[in-house]
Amino acid sequence: MAAERGTAAEALVGQVVLPGDLLLLPAHYDEDAEGERLRLSAGTAPQGRLLCGPGLRRSGAGLLVTKCGLLRHRPGGGGAYWVDSQQKRYVPVKGDHVIGIVTAKAGDVFRLDVGGSEPASLSYLAFEGATKRNRPNVQVGDLIYGQFVVANKDMEPEMVCIDSSGRSSGMGIIGQDGFLFKVSLGLIRKLLAPKCEIIQELSQLYPFELVLGMNGRIWVKAKTVQQTLIIVNILEACEYMTAEQRKQALAKLSGN
Amino acid sequence: FMQRGLDSQTKKQLEEEEKKIISEEHWYLDVPDLKEKESCIIEERSFLRCEDLLYGRMSFKGFNPEIEKLMIQMNSKCKEDKIEEDDKMEADVSDEEMARRYETLVGTIGKKFLRKRDQRVLKDDDEDEDDEVEEGNSNTRPSKRAKKMFLKPHD
Repeated sequence: MAAERGTAAEALVGQVVLPGDLLLLPAHYDEDAEGERLRLSAGTAPQGRLLCGPGLRRSGAGLLVTKCGLLRHRPGGGGAYWVDSQQKRYVPVKGDHVIGIVTAKAGDVFRLDVGGSEPASLSYLAFEGATKRNRPNVQVGDLIYGQFVVANKDMEPEMVCIDSSGRSSGMGIIGQDGFLFKVSLGLIRKLLAPKCEIIQELSQLYPFELVLGMNGRIWVKAKTVQQTLIIVNILEACEYMTAEQRKQALAKLSGN
Repeated sequence: FMQRGLDSQTKKQLEEEEKKIISEEHWYLDVPDLKEKESCIIEERSFLRCEDLLYGRMSFKGFNPEIEKLMIQMNSKCKEDKIEEDDKMEADVSDEEMARRYETLVGTIGKKFLRKRDQRVLKDDDEDEDDEVEEGNSNTRPSKRAKKMFLKPHD
């Protein structure tokens, strides 16, 4: 295979990239750069390391694209490049918070379905305040919000419901009632963005509770069944609605 | 092989020989050490770090107060809001008043936990300051009471 000449990464930000494209990075990220060169360009060189996000792999001189999508760049904190792609199937990633459904209890370990290729395992000691005598009350069919502690392609994924300091910080068994449904992964990322208009507009309607899992699952609970279903329908539909259509729909609802 | 009647010296020699044999069998690399290249690129497979996403559990309009508190906590860790200023503004009592109150408070509560003997000593001290007439008596009383310590028995 002839080696392709890559294009500068900065030129392609916001454009569609395809797998196999090679992105070249500015000189100060070269592994062969000597210390002198870095010091000379201290004014322009960003501090910290470059983050190479999902959809990109490091390869020699630059970054190799492995997924098709739009290239995004974040300049803060050392800079980060990643590919914004759409997907419905979830691949477990370490550190992600997901909603899992308990499918089996095997001795000391629960098997959870997270929508990936394998069921994840969750030990009964991984809850806040759990000891050998004080076991958490988890039944088959319960919903659990937790994060991955081991998630690679060679091993079965493992989840825990406590964070590194031993506190649950919102993770654990999700309570009674409510409605669980599945959406695409891109919508979840849109909803979790720092200033999401959809969530802000919805929060003006009724009091409700929402749990978003990175595996595409959303759990909603409101005071009445009707309100819950309205919120579910809006969330499912807003992926393909424009902002104006959404505002119209919400105006109708708040009028009713 | 480890005979009882061996001297310590011969034992040591035997151990050393064993160690030599074992370490010779160990494999080691003949290749010169590669210089570790410091890479400036970190690979990351999660979107969380790239896009600074919010925490996944949310509650609105007071549906679940614990989760609303959690939302403020989690999201302020990311953004480092000016929480410190708010705390200072909400103080009803100024710091100086607190210090004055505390001085007297510590004394009064401290008295509560003294044992009975010590309480009597304290009371006498207070009475001393007030009564000047009974100087003679009051002077000797505390000194006698203060001396009620363990007396070593004479042989």
